[in-house]
Amino acid sequence: MPGDSIIELCGVTKIYSLPAGDVVALDRVSLTIENGEFVAIMGPSGSGKTTLLNQLGCLDRPTSGDLFINGRNTREMNDRELTSLRLNTIGYIFQRFNLIPLLSAYENVEFPYLMKHRRPDSSGRVGELLAQVGIDRAMATHKPPELSGGQQQRVAIARALVNDPHILLCDEPTGNLDSVTGQQIMEMLTDLNRKGRTIVIVTHDPGVARYAQRIVTVRDGRVA
Amino acid sequence: MKDIILQLALRSIRIHFLRSVLAALGIVIGVVAISSMGMMGANMTLSVTEELSKMANIVVITAASGSEGGPGGFGGGSDEKISEEDFQEIQKIAEKYGLVYVVYRESDRIKVGDREGRSTIYGLDEDVMRRIFTLSDGAFPKSTSSVIVGPTLAGRYDLKVGSRIRIGDEDKGATTTVKVVGILEERGMSNDINSDMAIIGSEKLFTGIYGNEGEYNQVNLILNDINDSQKARTEILEKMNRKKTRVNVQDSSRMLESITSTLGTMTTFVMAIAGISLLVAATSIFNVMMMSVTERVREIGIMRSIGAQKSEIRRMFLYESVVLGLVGAGIGAVLALGIGWVVVLAMVGSTDYFFLPESLVYIPFAMLVGIAVCILSGVYPAWRAADLDPVEALRAE
Repeated sequence: MPGDSIIELCGVTKIYSLPAGDVVALDRVSLTIENGEFVAIMGPSGSGKTTLLNQLGCLDRPTSGDLFINGRNTREMNDRELTSLRLNTIGYIFQRFNLIPLLSAYENVEFPYLMKHRRPDSSGRVGELLAQVGIDRAMATHKPPELSGGQQQRVAIARALVNDPHILLCDEPTGNLDSVTGQQIMEMLTDLNRKGRTIVIVTHDPGVARYAQRIVTVRDGRVA
Repeated sequence: MKDIILQLALRSIRIHFLRSVLAALGIVIGVVAISSMGMMGANMTLSVTEELSKMANIVVITAASGSEGGPGGFGGGSDEKISEEDFQEIQKIAEKYGLVYVVYRESDRIKVGDREGRSTIYGLDEDVMRRIFTLSDGAFPKSTSSVIVGPTLAGRYDLKVGSRIRIGDEDKGATTTVKVVGILEERGMSNDINSDMAIIGSEKLFTGIYGNEGEYNQVNLILNDINDSQKARTEILEKMNRKKTRVNVQDSSRMLESITSTLGTMTTFVMAIAGISLLVAATSIFNVMMMSVTERVREIGIMRSIGAQKSEIRRMFLYESVVLGLVGAGIGAVLALGIGWVVVLAMVGSTDYFFLPESLVYIPFAMLVGIAVCILSGVYPAWRAADLDPVEALRAE
């Protein structure tokens, strides 16, 4: 294993058992992502991009094959450890923002912090992150449904960063945004990459993929 | 510390306020029902105990029914009599414990004016009458044609001092007319002599009507010291029944025991019926929790994907059902104080014992049961929520 690879997939296969028969979503995918890389995963819908990202994010387990995060084989980890990995090492940014509707913007960002530290943030980190993504104090008291799509995605980025993860996984982060806002979000991600974070982004938009250093194309569950 | 998981549970209850209130209402009703029934039982037991312990100093000796090996005679057990010799023996054994006296008893038809009915007629020694009864009017009988009557009987037949009662069956020809010379004070229920509904005359009067001299229905012992009850009972039984079973001995502590245990069984039964309302409440809480889980599948997926453990998801839903339980049980407890009071007043007739710990303990008891029911109803939904596949959950609309 190369010393600097942060994510490594070795022959990962994911099969969904459906009543109509087995569907092979990922077929012996092998992929290495180096620390600090900015990788875009592209491919048509249904090609297995999101399934691949869910594997990287440890939200799902491979049917066969191995996934190494920071050199640790996730096959040997139980649900509790995988959850901790998602909490501490991985930040997730979704197309649909996925903020918790019952919590204010501030609380949404604070949520992973509380899960990790078991105490409220007294360092001001939550406020700082919100300021960095352009959400002011007044706006931070609003609940997600009261915010625009762009504002929600900024809150989601702040949330993904609050525990200082090494890896940012983004699933169509600009998919629900207008092009100007999308561009701002991509610039924010580029900036985070420059500061040393590994970013994996799933998109079908070549304009978005342009920001990445490397493009991985997925077709019919295989890396092309 | 700010517990964000608790916050989420509370906010979920708040945005579904009506639904949550209705679910908690089931618990309120269950807690009120259980604690009211429990308090009713406790108050009944307490009031009966108090009533009976007034008579705890009485030991009643009756003839053992149907002695084995004897000729199959007529008459059931209650017709067995204690003979004069047996009485003498009992007196020898028991007089050191207190006053021993004999009781003649018969049930017969009576007629007052043109109103007919039945009553118990007792024949007692005049001195004994003076010792065990209190009069509310008139005097104790001095002749063999005068009697005293119980207050309930007096009320029913409008008997006053000077009224006349005809005892006996006209059809059989043998009737005796007696004069009421005194009315007794109410004595309540008792295991020695139930005087409230009775006519009491001298032994001579009784044997004059019914004969049977020297064959007593029961022998009573009034103890000087209540604590001798068990000892006196044992000694009489041992000495009298050495060769064969001749007598039964009842002390009021045994009667108290059996009544208390009957009341206890009844209370448990009524509480179990009240408990059914909690079962209904459990179903409603379960339903609300399942709805809550279904509605929040996506939220659960989000929380799991950003690093919330299964235990935290479980906790969120358990908090929700515990809060419903606490609120329901709390309101139920307050209402139970009022409703229980009314129930006790209506069923027992007195709230003298309502605020005693033995009675009030049913409120926290019912609260605990209610909260436990809520937690149990929340366990499965919470477990379901925690076990959702994060990828599936995230995909939910």
